[in-house]
Amino acid sequence: MTFTPTKFDTLLVANRGEIACRVMRTARRMGLKTVAVYSDADATARHVREADEAVRLGPAAARESYLSVDAVIEAAQRTGTGAIHPGYGFLSENGTFVKALEQAGITFVGPPASAIAAMGDKSAAKARMANAGVPLVPGYHGDDQGDALLRSEADKIGYPVMLKASAGGGGKGMRVVESGEGFQAALDGCRRESKAAFGDDRMLIEKYLVQPRHVEVQVFCDRYGNGVYLFERDCSVQRRHQKVIEEAPAPGMTPELRAAMGDAAVRAAQEIGYVDAGTVEFLLDSSPGQDGAFYFMEMNTRLQVEHPVTEMITGQDLVEWQLRVAMGEPLPCRQDELTITGHSFEARIYAEDPEQDFLPATGLLTRFALDLEGAGLGADQVRLDSGVESGDTVSMHYDPMLAKLIVHGVDRDAALATLNRALAALDVQGVVTNRAFLQRLANHPGFKNVELDTRFIERNEATLFAPRQFSTEDYASAALIGLHQLAQECESDSPWGRHDGFRLNAPHTIRIALCDPASAQAADNDSAVVVVEGKRATLDTQWQLTIGNSTLTASLQPLEGDAVAVTLNGHRRRLQAYKDGHVVVMAEPSGEIRLFWRRIDAIDHGHHEAESTLTAPMNGTVVALLVEPGAQVEKGMPLMVMEAMKMEHTMTAPADGSVETFHFQAGDTVGQGDVLLDFAPSE
Amino acid sequence: MSTLSTQINPRSDVFQANEAAMLGEVNKLRELTAAIAEGGGEKARARHESRGKLYVRDRIDHLIDEGSPFLEFSALAAHHVYDSEVPAAGVITGIGRVSGVECVIVANDATVKGGTYFPLTVKKHLRAQEIARKHRLPCIYLVDSGGAFLPRQDEVFPDRDHFGRIFYNQATMSAEGIPQIAVVMGSCTAGGAYVPAMADESIIVKEQGTIFLGGPPLVKAATGESISAEDLGGADVHAKVSGVADHYAENDAHALQLARACVSRLNWQKRGQLAMQPPRPPKLDPSELYGIVGTDLKKPYDVREVIGRIVDGSDFDEFKRYYGDTLVTGFAHIHGYPVGIVANNGVLFSESAVKGAHFIELCAQRKIPLVFLQNITGFMVGSKYEHEGIAKHGAKLVTAVACANVPKYTVLIGGSFGAGNYGMCGRAYDPNLLFMWPNARISVMGGEQAAGVLSQVKREQYEREGQEWSKEDEEAFKKPTRDQYEHQGHPYYASARLWDDGVIDPMQTRDVLGLSLAAAMNAEVKETRFGVFRM
Repeated sequence: MTFTPTKFDTLLVANRGEIACRVMRTARRMGLKTVAVYSDADATARHVREADEAVRLGPAAARESYLSVDAVIEAAQRTGTGAIHPGYGFLSENGTFVKALEQAGITFVGPPASAIAAMGDKSAAKARMANAGVPLVPGYHGDDQGDALLRSEADKIGYPVMLKASAGGGGKGMRVVESGEGFQAALDGCRRESKAAFGDDRMLIEKYLVQPRHVEVQVFCDRYGNGVYLFERDCSVQRRHQKVIEEAPAPGMTPELRAAMGDAAVRAAQEIGYVDAGTVEFLLDSSPGQDGAFYFMEMNTRLQVEHPVTEMITGQDLVEWQLRVAMGEPLPCRQDELTITGHSFEARIYAEDPEQDFLPATGLLTRFALDLEGAGLGADQVRLDSGVESGDTVSMHYDPMLAKLIVHGVDRDAALATLNRALAALDVQGVVTNRAFLQRLANHPGFKNVELDTRFIERNEATLFAPRQFSTEDYASAALIGLHQLAQECESDSPWGRHDGFRLNAPHTIRIALCDPASAQAADNDSAVVVVEGKRATLDTQWQLTIGNSTLTASLQPLEGDAVAVTLNGHRRRLQAYKDGHVVVMAEPSGEIRLFWRRIDAIDHGHHEAESTLTAPMNGTVVALLVEPGAQVEKGMPLMVMEAMKMEHTMTAPADGSVETFHFQAGDTVGQGDVLLDFAPSE
Repeated sequence: MSTLSTQINPRSDVFQANEAAMLGEVNKLRELTAAIAEGGGEKARARHESRGKLYVRDRIDHLIDEGSPFLEFSALAAHHVYDSEVPAAGVITGIGRVSGVECVIVANDATVKGGTYFPLTVKKHLRAQEIARKHRLPCIYLVDSGGAFLPRQDEVFPDRDHFGRIFYNQATMSAEGIPQIAVVMGSCTAGGAYVPAMADESIIVKEQGTIFLGGPPLVKAATGESISAEDLGGADVHAKVSGVADHYAENDAHALQLARACVSRLNWQKRGQLAMQPPRPPKLDPSELYGIVGTDLKKPYDVREVIGRIVDGSDFDEFKRYYGDTLVTGFAHIHGYPVGIVANNGVLFSESAVKGAHFIELCAQRKIPLVFLQNITGFMVGSKYEHEGIAKHGAKLVTAVACANVPKYTVLIGGSFGAGNYGMCGRAYDPNLLFMWPNARISVMGGEQAAGVLSQVKREQYEREGQEWSKEDEEAFKKPTRDQYEHQGHPYYASARLWDDGVIDPMQTRDVLGLSLAAAMNAEVKETRFGVFRM
């Protein structure tokens, strides 16, 4: 097929969230008109607000909106769009979509359908890579998908093995199987997730490396046979196969290894006639004696989430490259014109609660801001790619990633220090995020010392998830911030609403209780609660805080935004701090502290009977009912599977007993707190 | 609005001396207040808490809204009155906000003589109820009392304003739609049993609260029946069998949560309406009050210096500025509430009295609350003034003060002597609340004047008898009277006997008045009908 270069002046971004915003930013700078598309859930989302025009695709469900090829093409035609950028996820690696665009005469900002097809089928891709001399991990990539055969192939490779959806990516439909016994259950789960996410449940099996680093190479090809690599990224820090913090360049790379991997990556791309930005993922074996061994894992035929770290160290705008290549221009740079400057990190900000097993969080983002000035950081050091702003709603329908915080420094240590400062300067309220977890990671000695592999988080679980020990100063700061907030919440029409703890002929007095949010819901948690007594003289702003046997002189000065200066016994510290509902949140570069604020008497005196109902942890959809009502089950047995935020959640039996009734059927939508089923514990 | 300015020099020696003297008095007051707040002392408190009970002040902290002010009344009640101390008269009273509603709280302190009712305990309890009625505030009784203090039954039981009046008030307030909520957290014996029984809603604490007309000893004596207090009238009996209590609490904290829930279900609506302004702090610095006022009642100062440190923005629109200028009258706002201020600036003359009466009429007609700042030696005496009819002019002021049906608040910021007390809304004139500063003095006349009057009579007697009376002897004669007046005119003496609702730190005056005015807005401001003004 011959290629006719087509200039276009309108770009439709068939995506949402931060990537849609990011793509449009470059497009607008290049003088293009931008068109957003949206589902009903996103009618007023940031990407819609920032676009020149926007077209509704359909209902909230991705299948009926962002994944609907017809709807997207219709939107492009309505707006006279010349080209479509797919972002990542959704239709970005969908060959059908690309073919449909070719037929409609719309430029696809991405690789040709044939290249997507070549890499989309992972098993076939491996075969081609082997031909091109790209090293591979042992595995099974065959078409025969019978349960028994897959099991015997897994046995042959030797456990642990990795089960993956052939059509997949992004951690969906992926599981590690430690032994033959768990194989069937894992296979069923993977197939279900894969079917839901990609409409395809074919699986492949691979050897699972014990100490692998995830190092990927950014490649770029134009339509004239030119190909370059823009160096590598290390994405080893992953939680359940989701990348958490990425960096570029990969620490410890030698120029030889970098060139070897880069060449292999370009070879892989050219083998399949690739055009546009692509990422070739390798596993780099970091176990002793294996340094330098790398295996082709897969190629992502799209712009990656973590592309900004590459932009930070190369000074290139990859979206601009994509658009130029799509317009038929040759690559803007030759390989020898590309260099690495400094070091960059990206931290993914997710709406999820690290304290509650990373349960996705939804709700109104009352505040979403980054106080760079307060943190003393320059715009050249920090970049925030965000799909949301203050006042936006985080819904249950899509991926819970809100934004990416990207930093740059002269070297890895400098960049890491900046990352810590920037994370502390992030001010998110209304919806809980993984910020505290990111800070723990970024402050972890193992991470600082580059002890990286894809099992980093698992390996360091004990230290990363250790319950926070709160100091007297932590309690004092939290109390002070809470007291300040309380005073702000005053009613204007009555001095009774001032919450200032007025007492006659005595210091103003307020007593409050603080505890770890994790134990806030425990029924009788007196032992976990710390009572803080604050006293201050009338007309004075300085509090005397008594915590146990310590008394601290404390005062607070509000700074810009949510920054405050807390002075305890003459030691002044700057914090990002606020009270989010009942939780006082304080962020410093060394980490985030969350303390639950409650009335001194707020102890649950309700009846503590055995749980007899199970409620939905969040909004979502019921996927499957796993037991018959009335059937005897053991404690911990799965009863029901629901899906929310593209993740499966299994409801398990709270005790030995039986399900009396299910209140929903598969496919039903449930709201957070809905009673899913009645459970009768056996006597 | 005109804004008051100040002539005060905080660096002057006078100011510094005044400040030191007043600060000394305020510190004494704070120390005494803190000591009284300890209740029956460490041992009694430890014993109380070892039973799983909360100390009375902790109960109040649990009950009121987080960070809510608590405007306590008469903490000095019974101070130095009885043979042994009865701190706060064994009952804590005050206004606190519960579930967003201002309530009068009456809480027995069981660490003080078992929470029994001394004569002043009764007086304090009744006064709290009177405040509740006047401000239309729901009442919450935290009951933990052994009932009447039996050795003083003659001063506690029989009279109109004795123990029985508590229940009369509960019934009649309930009839007026003022909610009565009782939380039984300890004994409720004999007459005390009627507190929860007369309440609209009552809560009882498991294994702590008991309610019975006759306790186990009395039952044993009367009928021979042997029974434990719990089985006779504990929470299980009253919440499950008798129905005397409505809610069953696991412990003190739970009971107070239930009480908060009770208040949240009252469907409470305020009836008062005033044209509010956004509250603003005074422009002049309230912390300068000490140095302006001092403790020497003989040293005059301009009362506007005080007003300017109490009212919003130090804005004060004076009425009849240049007429009868020993009485300052004018309009201002305190915490956003409009008020009419009547303040002494010297002895009362006929003109000042008439001006005061006129101003009070204005406020009553406009339904604006009145604040009296009392610092008065009395009405002017002498033939000139008697002949111009100062008595009838003073009577006009007294009539106006007595009849004005708006919320009235009186603060004794200096002397309160003789008929001046009447004209400036003393206790007898039913102000909603009356407070004293620690430098204030109250008596029928000044100690010096009283001693002078008595010695004059004595001297005349000596002279009739043709005897000499030496200056030294006269001084010796006058001293006990002076001492007596000084002793009995002291704010602690007054407050101990509930002639006021509390001695307050001058710096907190603005907040006290603001909280009081806000509480008053629960009640409708009524029309006034004045009596005959003698012209």
